[in-house]
Amino acid sequence: MTVQELMALAQARELTPGLALDGGVTCGYVCDLLSWVMARGQAGMAWVTVQTHMNVVAVASLHEMACVILPDGILMDEAPLEKAREEGIVVLSSQLSAYELCGLMYAGGLAAPAR
Amino acid sequence: MVHAEYDIQKGAYNSAGEASADIKRKLQQLGISPVTLRRVAVSSYEMEMNIIIHSLGGTMGLCVDKDWITLSSKDQGPGIEDVELAMSEGYSTADDDARSMGFGAGMGLPNMKRNADDFRITSQLGEGTQITITFKVM
Repeated sequence: MTVQELMALAQARELTPGLALDGGVTCGYVCDLLSWVMARGQAGMAWVTVQTHMNVVAVASLHEMACVILPDGILMDEAPLEKAREEGIVVLSSQLSAYELCGLMYAGGLAAPAR
Repeated sequence: MVHAEYDIQKGAYNSAGEASADIKRKLQQLGISPVTLRRVAVSSYEMEMNIIIHSLGGTMGLCVDKDWITLSSKDQGPGIEDVELAMSEGYSTADDDARSMGFGAGMGLPNMKRNADDFRITSQLGEGTQITITFKVM
């Protein structure tokens, strides 16, 4: 699944327009504890979180994730978005809840990260 | 042989991850394998965040030779009262600000130890904490 396809599935809009959306998404994850995500993140991951500060971008970038998805219509401030554009991390925002997003992602074929 | 040192300020959440990103870039340029790169990146980020969240400020170092990658940190205090307790997963002394940002899961030190080939920590209350972790270059 590409980020573009995931964006449609998640009924999301991009907060970082201009970044390529043709990258592959390899797995999905949901968590708001950054150390937890740091321990389990993987390249190509789509990460659902309500956290919106600068460190979200740092964690996503260190793991070379495919994208960050903010649920419940949550938005991100301009400073972390600017950082996300610099690092090439796509940030999406969806009106759906984290629960609904994960359900759609899993049903759409995105597995959990390998243990 | 590569050496680098980074100053890390107490509470510098906005620049958190910059030292780790630079370390990752340097290791990528050296052609370090993705598996090792991931282990070092996780550990360096936890090391960096620990200084930002828990210490009065400190430094972080990178040293790479043919066989080993070494990450080290040294802070200016306040030191850890019970290192064994601090090493247990889920234990954290992070304040409310850190927790509201998703830190303070009590995973930092265990994450470092899990990812490293060798992990050493010494701490003196009132003085500071030093951590040295090494990774075999694969």
